[in-house]
Amino acid sequence: MSKAIVLYLHVHQPYRIRHYTIFDAAANHNYFDAPYDARESNEQVIHKVAEKSYIPANRHLLELLNENQEFKLSLSITGTVLEQLEKWSPETLQSFKDLVATGRVEIVGETYHHSLAFFYSREEFEAQVAMHREKVQQLFSQTPKVFRNTELSYNNDLAYWADKAGYKGILAEGWDKVLGWRSPNYVYRPAYTDNIRLLMKNYKLSDDIAFRFGNRGWAEWPLTADKFAHWLNADPDATNFDLFMDYETFGEHQWHDTGIFDFLRHLPNEWLKTPGNTFMTVSEAIDNFEAKDQVDVPYTVTWADTERDLSAWLGNAMQTSAITGLYGLQDKILSTGDLALIEDWRRLQTSDHFYYMCTKWFNDGDIHAYFSPYETPYEAYINFVNAYHDVRFRLSEKGIEV
Amino acid sequence: MLGWELPPHNSGGLGVACYQLSKALSKKGVDIEFVLPYTADHSDIDFMKINAAHPQNVEQVLKSGIAYDSFKYIKTNGEVEWIDIIGQSALYEEAVGRIAELAEFDVIHAHDWLTCRAGLRAKMVSGKPLIVHIHSIEADRAGQPHGGNPLVREIESISLLLADHIIAVSEHTKRGIMREYGIPADKIEVVHNSINPDDLAPLDSNNAYRYLETMKSLGYRVVVNIGRLSVQKGLPNLLRAFARAAERTPKMFLLVVGSGEQYYELIMLAAELGIGDKVLFTEFQRGKNWRDAYAIGDLFVMPSVSEPFGITALEAIGYGTPVLISKQSGVSEVLHNCLKVDFWDIDEMANKIAAVAGNDSLRDEMHAQSHREWERMSWDKSVDKLLPIYQKHLSGAAS
Repeated sequence: MSKAIVLYLHVHQPYRIRHYTIFDAAANHNYFDAPYDARESNEQVIHKVAEKSYIPANRHLLELLNENQEFKLSLSITGTVLEQLEKWSPETLQSFKDLVATGRVEIVGETYHHSLAFFYSREEFEAQVAMHREKVQQLFSQTPKVFRNTELSYNNDLAYWADKAGYKGILAEGWDKVLGWRSPNYVYRPAYTDNIRLLMKNYKLSDDIAFRFGNRGWAEWPLTADKFAHWLNADPDATNFDLFMDYETFGEHQWHDTGIFDFLRHLPNEWLKTPGNTFMTVSEAIDNFEAKDQVDVPYTVTWADTERDLSAWLGNAMQTSAITGLYGLQDKILSTGDLALIEDWRRLQTSDHFYYMCTKWFNDGDIHAYFSPYETPYEAYINFVNAYHDVRFRLSEKGIEV
Repeated sequence: MLGWELPPHNSGGLGVACYQLSKALSKKGVDIEFVLPYTADHSDIDFMKINAAHPQNVEQVLKSGIAYDSFKYIKTNGEVEWIDIIGQSALYEEAVGRIAELAEFDVIHAHDWLTCRAGLRAKMVSGKPLIVHIHSIEADRAGQPHGGNPLVREIESISLLLADHIIAVSEHTKRGIMREYGIPADKIEVVHNSINPDDLAPLDSNNAYRYLETMKSLGYRVVVNIGRLSVQKGLPNLLRAFARAAERTPKMFLLVVGSGEQYYELIMLAAELGIGDKVLFTEFQRGKNWRDAYAIGDLFVMPSVSEPFGITALEAIGYGTPVLISKQSGVSEVLHNCLKVDFWDIDEMANKIAAVAGNDSLRDEMHAQSHREWERMSWDKSVDKLLPIYQKHLSGAAS
């Protein structure tokens, strides 16, 4: 019986909104064009992240793929980051293409704009999933067979939709409240579905790498590849260890000097020392292992903070009023057929904008608890609302009543 | 404790800060004799002894509402004399010197330059350590670095040099003291002002600003400023920013509560900017009219050029209004859930005013979150930083 590490990395960058004031509204429409030295400059962020994370991590991953035929992984890459790489870091995009060209890297489907459209507009959601599929086909000559929704948000409805849409698998957080006594280290079957399978993130093991790796106060520090492989081997019945994390874990969340790249370099060999151990992409895990049980998730679960819900994006009135206002424009926006306007409207749907407006960590002045290019959640909101007003202005210019 | 004023005879934040600080200190067992420069009935204050330092042969000293006005000295022989602020400060020094010879105390705690000469005299007479508590320096009041009245600057300079220890109400003030007077950093302790949520008098159900209430129900929004109308407070920038914001969000009023030397200038400026019909000036207010001004606002703006602390921002939050404060303020060092702007950045001030005036969910979320911060504030925490300084000088550990 084989045992697989299912490594899945998520690559995403939003189009951050620049300092966009009420005096910009109705005067210019370049919401996403911050000056290069500003914190919310998308071009600058792409350059920094490419240098610190994408380029070195892809180099290591490609070497691992070339050295070891057993090594495999899965990636999801949003449309918004793909576009930005095309514009500002084509060599990084090429390095992702090189990974996929090995034939052992699977691309996972999602919304092009990393949006929460599933919860607001099924029509718009499907349009963005299709856009992403086309972009992946065009750049990587692959068609996603497994789906993940933004922020790993998941519920029964989503599984039902993905099943009907023909996906063979879907990804979710292996959250204790959902799994109960069950282990995330198996393939599951979503409730109310026919064919689709569910892979659930082992958040303890994933977070050991993604969050705790460089923490010198952590009892397990330093985490070495052989120690980690040893932990996995200690579960005799598991079939698949679903290690899901942000791609930026490598080099950005965990800096180079934590030794994260060495860990990555050594993990395959340490793991493969034990006969029967292997790596699988998400599709392979679904093809190889029987579903252990059915999982029923009537409410939405995400991979974010201790609540594992959408409250980081939709937890306060600023966030909900911003997002309902935006989706409220849908029919008018789409009726214009103005591709630039529609695209700007979609870029505003990216979940990061709402995350920046989150106030729940801000109370104790712990403003570094989350990453935001804005000084306060209120400033994030002001920029967003001003851009939203400008979108409405553009509609009114076309004679559409707003 | 040497202070220039106490509520209800205060002209601004200084009196409130002295009152709250003394109250919190007495709770921790500190015995305080508070020496004022004027005669007043403070029988409602039972946690400390309050004395008026009368000059010899003066029966009563009567203070007007506004700081920096002349005091009325009624002599024992019935004569009446009006004396200006520098003269008052000198007479106070003389009187405090006589008190210091007779009274028993361990530490002299003097608030701001007006009491500094008296503090130095008391130190000289008694040999006890002098702690100078700086709520604002002359450059703050003048609204520009190295500015202000040279006589006042001289008093500040000498007192800060001779003080045994200096308390500053913010990092902003500490930097100012270092910049203006070359005092070394380790002689200055920052003890932020605070607020006791329970001490704010409650609102009643009828707001005094009925016109504004009516206009709010018609969709108008109200921006409020409360403070002295002086250069330090940066009000011309607020008027300009408000005028710009009103281009985008015309359904707004600006309520300016306060008096001061810029009063007429500001009225004229509002008219020149074409917002004369949107700006309401009320002059200085107390009690219900003062509380209700905070409460009627949708946004409180404190645009100060240089604000040592800025307690009004915390009062506004207490009365239900979120705040936009200048980055050049002490309160911006302790408050997170608010909007901040450089005092000179009129466009950004306008942008933020328009954003809040045009957006109730921003206003409400920001207030809800800031109110949670406000509820956790207390003068007790400030006093906890002060007591070790007393202790250090009592035990003679410091030279």
